[in-house]
Amino acid sequence: MNRRYFIQRTAALCSAAFAATSTSLLAAGWKEGAHLPDLGSFGLEGTLPKLAGKVVYLDFWASWCAPCKASFPVINRWHQELASRGFVVLGVNVDDDAAAMQTFLKKNTVQFPVVRDAAHKLVAAADVSTMPSSFMIDRQGVIRHAHSGFHAKDEAKLLAQINALLG
Amino acid sequence: MKTLRFVLCFSALSAFSSCTHVKPWERGHLADYLMIPGRDPLTDSISEHVWFTREAFAGGRGVGGGGCGCN
Repeated sequence: MNRRYFIQRTAALCSAAFAATSTSLLAAGWKEGAHLPDLGSFGLEGTLPKLAGKVVYLDFWASWCAPCKASFPVINRWHQELASRGFVVLGVNVDDDAAAMQTFLKKNTVQFPVVRDAAHKLVAAADVSTMPSSFMIDRQGVIRHAHSGFHAKDEAKLLAQINALLG
Repeated sequence: MKTLRFVLCFSALSAFSSCTHVKPWERGHLADYLMIPGRDPLTDSISEHVWFTREAFAGGRGVGGGGCGCN
């Protein structure tokens, strides 16, 4: 084996390693148009609300995430105003420490159902790119909109999307 | 040749093992208050003074926030 061949082969190996790492970055998460998987199979802590036939706003959040905290007053308002039209909010907490979530819930008003994804199975399946991340699911269980982060200026757009799904 | 082979093999193995990507939902520790470099103005002031007197360092500490990467 000559030297040039060895260097070429090693360079190819390094490239393959880099490609494998890059591919993991592009791992497929939940896409718009896909069906929401059965949430009961992810070992979530807490009681799941009835989602069948409802428009669902599924929100991944954590106690250490400031934008998550900022989004809760808005989500609370949607939950209160739109529940009668078949709208359900489901908060999925991803804290490592259950006590951190409980402390947060005591200090902050959260009126919608919250479950905890202690094993991070659900959030890993969704493969969200930031915290918070949310998904809007229509009455047929199809993911219609995916959102990363939360900004107050997006409230009107999000509400319009919810209203369109509610019909 | 042996040295070169060792270095290249080591580099290749490092590519597999040395770096990891912290997922957004795993950033609780990075977002901790203790991870904020400018959480104590007095400590900041003292550190700035030490760096300036020892290394002629000044400024360049304008990035705020913790490491959660939120938004």
